[in-house]
Amino acid sequence: MPVHVHVNVNQSDQHHDVEPRLLLVHYLRDVCGLTGTHVGCETSLCGSCTVLVDGKAVKSCTMFAVQADGSAVTTVEGLAKDGQLHPVQQGFWECHGLQCGFCTPGMMMASVALLAQTAKPSREQITEGLRGNLCRCTGYSHIIDAVNHAAAHGGVRLQPDSAQGVARG
Amino acid sequence: MADANTTPYVGRAMKRIEDPRLITGAGTYTDDLRLSGMVHAAILRSPHAHARIKKIDTAAARAIPGVVAVLTGADVNASCGFVPCAASMPDLKAPKHTVLAGDRVYFVGHAVAVAIASDPYVARDAIDAIDVDYDPLPVVANAEDAVKSGSPLTHPDLGTNVAYTHNVSGGGNIDEAFRKADRIVKHRLYHQRLTPMPIEPRGVVASYHAGEGALTLWTSTQIPHLIRTLLPGMIGVPENKMRIVAPEVGGGFGAKLNVYAEEALISHLAMRLHTPVKWIESRRDNASATIHGRDQIGEYEVAVKNDGTILGLKSKTIADLGSYLQLLTPAVPTLTGLVLTGCYKIPAVKMEIVGVYTHKMATDAYRGAGRPEATYLIERLMDVIAQELKIDRLELRLKHFPAPGDFPFPTSCGLVYDSGNYAAALTKAKQLANWDQLLKDRAAARAAGKLSGIGVSTYVEICAMGPSKAMPAGGWEWGCVRMEISAKVTVITGVSPHGQGQETTFAQIVADRIGVPIEDVVVMHGDTAVAHYGRDTYGSRGTAVGGTAIVMCIDKILTKAKILAAHLFETTVDHVVFEKGTFTSPGVTNRVITWPELAGEFYVAKNLPADLEPGLEASSFFEPQNFTFPFGTHIAVVDVDRDTGQVTITKYVAVDDCGPQINPLIVEGQVQGGIAHSIGQVLFEQTIYDEDGQLVTGEFMDYAIPRAHDIPDYILGSTVTPSPVNPLGVKGVGEAGTIGATPAIANAVMDALEPLGITHMNLPLTPEKVWQAIKSKN
Ligand code: FES
Ligand code: FES
Repeated sequence: MPVHVHVNVNQSDQHHDVEPRLLLVHYLRDVCGLTGTHVGCETSLCGSCTVLVDGKAVKSCTMFAVQADGSAVTTVEGLAKDGQLHPVQQGFWECHGLQCGFCTPGMMMASVALLAQTAKPSREQITEGLRGNLCRCTGYSHIIDAVNHAAAHGGVRLQPDSAQGVARG
Repeated sequence: MADANTTPYVGRAMKRIEDPRLITGAGTYTDDLRLSGMVHAAILRSPHAHARIKKIDTAAARAIPGVVAVLTGADVNASCGFVPCAASMPDLKAPKHTVLAGDRVYFVGHAVAVAIASDPYVARDAIDAIDVDYDPLPVVANAEDAVKSGSPLTHPDLGTNVAYTHNVSGGGNIDEAFRKADRIVKHRLYHQRLTPMPIEPRGVVASYHAGEGALTLWTSTQIPHLIRTLLPGMIGVPENKMRIVAPEVGGGFGAKLNVYAEEALISHLAMRLHTPVKWIESRRDNASATIHGRDQIGEYEVAVKNDGTILGLKSKTIADLGSYLQLLTPAVPTLTGLVLTGCYKIPAVKMEIVGVYTHKMATDAYRGAGRPEATYLIERLMDVIAQELKIDRLELRLKHFPAPGDFPFPTSCGLVYDSGNYAAALTKAKQLANWDQLLKDRAAARAAGKLSGIGVSTYVEICAMGPSKAMPAGGWEWGCVRMEISAKVTVITGVSPHGQGQETTFAQIVADRIGVPIEDVVVMHGDTAVAHYGRDTYGSRGTAVGGTAIVMCIDKILTKAKILAAHLFETTVDHVVFEKGTFTSPGVTNRVITWPELAGEFYVAKNLPADLEPGLEASSFFEPQNFTFPFGTHIAVVDVDRDTGQVTITKYVAVDDCGPQINPLIVEGQVQGGIAHSIGQVLFEQTIYDEDGQLVTGEFMDYAIPRAHDIPDYILGSTVTPSPVNPLGVKGVGEAGTIGATPAIANAVMDALEPLGITHMNLPLTPEKVWQAIKSKN
C-alpha cells in the first residue's frame, strides 16, 4: 500500500505516494530524479549514499523514504548556491579529492556534516569523521587535503535552513 | 590568445576539467540512465560452489505482478555465445562458459536465472521466488589441492584441473648458475586472492532499435572498444550496428577490463523483449561474480655467491584461475614472468607456471596484474638474501642495478627496459626519508623494546601497453583532433578514462601544442559512436599510448595549417613560423594569422590551394615499438604493537619516475591511490573461500578495504627519466603505487619482526596473524 510522504529536498517541497519498502536513496534517485546520490553497497558500509537529513549525515540506504517524512534532506545537488560551489565542493576540486567521482557526493556530504560539527578539524578528526565513507581511487590523502581546504575557506557553512524539517500544517 | 599560453599547461598541477560535473552530482553513471520503457533485470546466483541443477521452477516468480519474464540458461544460452577469453596459450584447456549456467554450477555466484520486471524491487522479488533444485557435487577450492591426484575436478569433462603449464627460461644457463652458486636461497610466497572492489559496481543498460537492427549498450567498463570487437560474436549484432558507451565509470582497477556474461545477456534481453533493459550489480554480486586478482603460490630459488652476486633465479608458480576463463585470465600469471628479475641484472632465469581451475570466481587483471606479484617476490627475496648473507640490503640492490648507460637494457626475461636511473631514485628516497636518522631511530626503538621496522622496495614495472605483437587484441591507440570553424578544438581519444584525468591532461598537451587556451579544448572518449576506434584504458597506457596518438594528430594539423598559412602569405611553407597559436612569415609580410581566421578559411573553403582538402581534422593510430618501464623506490617505516599485533605505518616515502609529468597533481593522486591498494593488500585484504568453496568475503563488512584513518601522510618525490618510446617521454603511473608499495610495507613489517626470529609470514599481515606469530616466539 503506497504511503504519502512529504519531504523537503534541497529546499523544495516534495509530495509523493511511495511503497513503504522504498529506500530513501531510491526515493531521491528514482522518484525525485536526483541521481547525484550513489549506491555502492546498499548495506550501509560504503557511504556513497550519504545525504543530510535534518542537518545530520545519514546513509540514505539505511533509511526508508517514509522515515524521512517531514524531514529536510540535502543532497549533493543542493550544495552549490546560485552557481557558487560550496566550499567543500571547491576544496575537492582544488585538491584533486576525486578521481572516478563515484564516492564523491557521499564523501562531500559527510565532510559538510563534519565541518558543521568541527570548524577546524585535526587530521584525526577528519579521518574519524570520514570513517564511514569508502574511496577506492584516491587513497584519501587528497580528500583529507580537500576537507582542510574547505575548513580554511568557510566550509563550516551548512546550507541555510537545511537543519529544519518541513512545516507541518 | 597567445598570452593564455605564455606558461605551458604541461607540467602544471592543474585542477581537473572533468570535476565540475562530478562534484555537483551531474555526472551520468550507468545507473543514472533512464530510458523510456526501460525494464529491470535481476540475476539469481548459485549458493553452491559445485552442483548439478536438477530443476528450475520459475512459475511462482512469473506470477508476480510486474514481472515481464523469467529466463534460464535453456532459454538464452543459445543466443548469447560464450564468454570470451582473448589470451591464447598453447595447449590451453578451457571450459565453455555460457552466460547463464547450463546443467551445472561451478562457483558461488554463478548466474543461474534472470528475472525482468517493471521495477527493480519486483525483479528482486522474482528471483527470490525462483525454486532451484541443486544436487551438490564435490568441491575443490584450493589450487594446491587441485593439482593432487584424486582431487575433485572443477570440470569433470576436462579430465584435469590443470588449464595449462607455461615454462620459460631466459638469459644464460640456469643449471650452470645453480651449480656455481655458493648458496641457494629458497622462499615460498603466497600472493593472496584480492577483490578489486571499485565503489561503483558493474551495470549495464541495453537498447535495441529493431528497425535499424542496431544495439546501444551502456556499460560500466574500461574497454568499450574491446567489447565492440568481441560482443558481435556472442549475440550476432554486427560490429557496425553496435554502439558501446562507457558513461562515467566509478572505478575499474582491472575489474572492468573484461567482457562479462551480463553484457551479452542484457543485450540479448533488450532484443528479445523489444524494450530497454537495465541491470545493476549488487555489492554481493560484485564480490562473487566480478573478477578477482592475484592468487598465486610461488616457490622461488636464487643462486647466489657469498658476496651477494646473484647468478640465477628459479620460480615455480601455481596460479589459481578460478573456475573458468575471463578475458585475460590465463595471461596474467605470465606477466609476472616478464618482470621476474625486477630492476636487477640477474643473468639466468627459469619460470614454470601451472594454471589451475578451482570452484571459485575467475581471476584476471587487478591493478598491476602480474607485476605486483613479481615485485613482491623479487623485493622480498632481496631482503631474505641480504639477511641470510648478512650484507646490507641497499648495497645488494645497488650492486645489481643496471647503470644509466646500460639502457636500453635487455633483461633475462626477454624485455628491453627503455630507460632508467634506478640508483638516482633510491638516493633521492633515502634523502627524503632521512635514512641515517631512520636507522638510529629504529635502533633506539628496539633498545626500548619496541618492534620497529624499515622496508624498502626498488621496483620497475611495465606500462604503456603496448606493442601490438605482445598484446592479444592489438596495443596501438587511436586519436582524432579537429579544429572547428570557431577555432575551438575537439579531441577524441580511443582510451577510456574513468578517473585517470585525461580530459585534463590531453587538453594540456593540445592547448600547448596548438596554442589555444585550455578552455577551448574538449576531450571526448568512451563512446564508440564518437571515438570509433580505440584500445581503451588499462596497463597504464592512456597517456603514453593514447596521448601519443593525439600528438601525431596535432603534428598533422599543424602541417596542414602551415600550408594554408603559406598560401595566404603568398609564400612557401618553409617561410611560415608558427608560435603560440599565431602564424607569421618574417621577412615576407607583416601579416599575422591567428587560429580563428585560419580555421574559418579551412571550412568556408573559398581560398584554399588547389590540392588542399577543406576542414582541419586529423586522426592517427600510434603503434608503440616497446613498453615503457617506470621505476622508483618506496620506503616504509612501521611500528608493530607487541600486545595487539597491530601494524602502524609511521612514515612513507615514495620516489617514482614516470618520466615527465604532464600534471603533477594527477600523478600524485595516482600514486597515493595505488599505495592505498597496497596498504590493503599487505595489512587486511584477502578474498576468502572456505573449503566448501563458500565465499566468506562477500561484502565490505568482511572484505576490508582501507579507510581514511589507515592512510599515513606521504612524503612523495620523483625523478624524471624520459622514455625514448614516445615523443612525450612519458611512462605511465596508474599502477606504480600498487606495484612499488606492497613489498616496501611487507619488508618493513618483516624487518620489525626480525629480532624475534620471525622470517616469514603470508599476507595480509592482520593484527591477529602478527600477534599469533609474536606469541609463538615468546
Ligand atoms: S550505498 Fe549506502 S552505504 Fe553503501
Ligand atoms: S573517487 Fe573513485 S571511489 Fe572515490
